[in-house]
Amino acid sequence: MAETQVIEKEEVIKKESEPLFSKKNRRLLSDPLDGNNPITVQVLGICSALAITVQMKPAVVMSLAVVVVMGISSTVISILRNTVPARIRIIVQLAVVATSVTLVSEVLKAYMYDVSKELSVFVGLIITNCIVMGRLEAFAMANKPWPSLLDAIGNAIGYGAILIAVAFFREILGSGSLFGFKVFEAIGLEYQGNGLMMLPAGACIVVGVIIWAQRARNGYTEEN
Amino acid sequence: MEFINIGIRSIFVENMIFAYFLGMCSYLAVSKNVKTAMGLGLAVIFVLGLTAPINYLIHEYVLREGALKWAVGDKLAASIDLSFLNFIVFIAVIAAFVQLTEMIVEKVSPSLYGALGIFLPLIAVNCSILGGALFMLGKPFGLAEATVYGFTSGIGWLIAVIALAAIREKLKYSDVPKPLRGLGITFILVGLMSLGFLSFMGFSL
Repeated sequence: MAETQVIEKEEVIKKESEPLFSKKNRRLLSDPLDGNNPITVQVLGICSALAITVQMKPAVVMSLAVVVVMGISSTVISILRNTVPARIRIIVQLAVVATSVTLVSEVLKAYMYDVSKELSVFVGLIITNCIVMGRLEAFAMANKPWPSLLDAIGNAIGYGAILIAVAFFREILGSGSLFGFKVFEAIGLEYQGNGLMMLPAGACIVVGVIIWAQRARNGYTEEN
Repeated sequence: MEFINIGIRSIFVENMIFAYFLGMCSYLAVSKNVKTAMGLGLAVIFVLGLTAPINYLIHEYVLREGALKWAVGDKLAASIDLSFLNFIVFIAVIAAFVQLTEMIVEKVSPSLYGALGIFLPLIAVNCSILGGALFMLGKPFGLAEATVYGFTSGIGWLIAVIALAAIREKLKYSDVPKPLRGLGITFILVGLMSLGFLSFMGFSL
């Protein structure tokens, strides 16, 4: 209860000094979508991007779960940022993240049991998803709650976008369907599923190609 | 025999990296050269091998449904199910253990600390450690099996990271398309290596 009040107060203060969606704040939301994407540029949170993208549905649920977890934990950590001693900050961050992941996991079990079974350990692994910890360390520890929340949501959406893109290619090439709906049969074609895309290896190759395409467009290169 | 089987399964068939992609972030980050890869790989074996049995015991005697039999009696224990606390407790154990190890190593062997130093904190957020603990719950393991599982999963991770690091060292001399350099080609490499590891599928003694 006390936490929500603090958030509201911060927002009021912000409104007086600068608009809620000022140019700077909008950039926090939009940057991670492309130029500074957490998966393809910052290389964070790869594990789940590869493991749960065989089909669209779990990928979408996972993205939403990450948006919620990052939103909650970035805001809370940002509120606590001045009271946490530096030496134990990792444990404090993990405790906050683990709590919000537990919340999400229980909600999933209650309302979407089949998806929660399909995601199995990967909901729990959001705790160690480097995007969450990375943004907490790099942003929430040094900024006010409102920008931290925007930054967290922007990054979570950037992460979700890649997740869904990978799942799209894997499901449509792997089993010829989207959300379980047989696309090729619906338009009167026959489609023999591509087994490679269903394998973990398929995910790696799809991510690799997506990174290639994005960098070819951005002109970003890496020495190595 | 059973232990060897668990070992082979977790090193080759259910390799943390190639079958589940756990611990990918640090995997990609440290696989630029073999030496650092070796350092982090050893640290992963150490932490995974010791936290797996600790987490197993905690789950078995505290968190599992009806696990508190030894403390509060059969009847009351049957009504207590603390397994929703799994995530928090496991990650707390791992983070605390990592911190503890760091302090002990720093005190006892400064040279080892110099070698492992920067990698230890990284391990707390390595998915393979927490993933190992969570996968363990789904298997019918006893304490000894859990320990073997922890250690061998770590060894599997070490093999994977050294293999990739060795390939990436050679990759410096090859002519990769510019936008594909670095991350892109690494992903495709991992995909191909994962295909290779598929050949161990169904392998058991």
